[in-house]
Amino acid sequence: MMLAAALRKEILLQWRTRSQMMAVFVFGAASLLLFSFAVGPNAEMLRTFSAGFLWLGLLLSSTLTLSESFHSEMENRALEGLLLLPSDPRALYYGKAIANWLQLTILGCALVPVMVVLYDAGTTQLLKLLLIILLGTAGLSAPGTLYAAMTAQVRAKQTLLPLLLFPLIVPALLASVKATSLVILGDPMQQSRSWIALLGAFDLIYWSLCGLLYGRVVEE
Amino acid sequence: MRKAYGFIVLGVVLLLVGSYVGLFVAPAEEYMGQVQRIMYVHVPTAWNWMLAVLFAFGSSIAFLFTANTKWDARQEAGLEVATLFAFLLCCQGSIWAKPTWGVWWDWDPRLTSVAVLLFAFLGILALRQFVDDPQRRAVWSAVATIIASVDLPIVYYSVKWWNSLHQQQSNPNTVSSQFHLPLRVNAFGVLFLMIGFIMLRTRLANYRLAREMAMPPVVSADQAGELA
Repeated sequence: MMLAAALRKEILLQWRTRSQMMAVFVFGAASLLLFSFAVGPNAEMLRTFSAGFLWLGLLLSSTLTLSESFHSEMENRALEGLLLLPSDPRALYYGKAIANWLQLTILGCALVPVMVVLYDAGTTQLLKLLLIILLGTAGLSAPGTLYAAMTAQVRAKQTLLPLLLFPLIVPALLASVKATSLVILGDPMQQSRSWIALLGAFDLIYWSLCGLLYGRVVEE
Repeated sequence: MRKAYGFIVLGVVLLLVGSYVGLFVAPAEEYMGQVQRIMYVHVPTAWNWMLAVLFAFGSSIAFLFTANTKWDARQEAGLEVATLFAFLLCCQGSIWAKPTWGVWWDWDPRLTSVAVLLFAFLGILALRQFVDDPQRRAVWSAVATIIASVDLPIVYYSVKWWNSLHQQQSNPNTVSSQFHLPLRVNAFGVLFLMIGFIMLRTRLANYRLAREMAMPPVVSADQAGELA
């Protein structure tokens, strides 16, 4: 019940600040454009690296949306007010984590056409690609939301969040890139299933662990 | 204090003895030649790095359960020593890899896991620098350490799937008995050095915490004006 209320609040907030979401999308698309200059106009190479570029672009954009996600809680000490409510802080965490997950999934889906156009990396397995994006962004959002709760309250938050998050999500990034790349370039050995399983395991571990620890992070 | 220095002196002596045996007494390895001798410091550092990570992880859990600041000091010491050892491991590994594999860096699971955890711990140490409230800093770094340590096996296995070329892990059963003595002596040398470092660093962290707790409450400029 509390979770539904928290989720509703987050989604409403995100909807009302949708211009920011648009700006983050432009940021992600611009980084995809820039990555191609790092490789040069070699169509074959660009296609090979397209999955990596997509996930790097999504990862860079995610630090923007995640660090902004606690912005409203920091104003007028709203977080303290929320914690005074007779409810479990975990509901607040999961509400925000799910909202961030949705936001990142939308962002990821929006970046796919950009990738297809820029790198000529199309695929027909759209459902599988959606599944990978869902699982991969879930892996970003669970620890990302927890770390954002910490870094939003300190100086230098823009630097600290990526510093903490990037090393942590290495396995999720690795598995997402590998699985996406197999979807785009073809998967003769049926390897993508094991990468998707790895992503699922990562998500399961961090969605439960971060929920457990969140109460300690925000307590006074 | 004395005990910590005792451990460090003992560690240095053991390391000197072990390294002497490793460099001048033990025979050169058949295939890798002289380069292999770096194993006598590399493998002990790796073992003790894992102990330091475990120590930081254990201290974090202990702090979250007991809320005793002593565990925070221990956790800080464990974090710093583990970071130092991870850095040493990356350097030693690169020195060994260049003549053996012809490259400085290789995407081997162990090398990559150490590097990933090195960066994760550096991030947590940076977080500690930016949080002024000691209570909050202790809780947050404990939470972050737990999350980062849990990541270690996942990174290891995912990179292992991804790519592998490192040689079989060394332990006294996989190496010929001629190499045992320096390896064991050095393992204890690094262990005592690590214990000494952690003890000294814990002491320092305890002093800092005590000073922070004892600090007078902050008086803002206009309050100070009223007082005057």
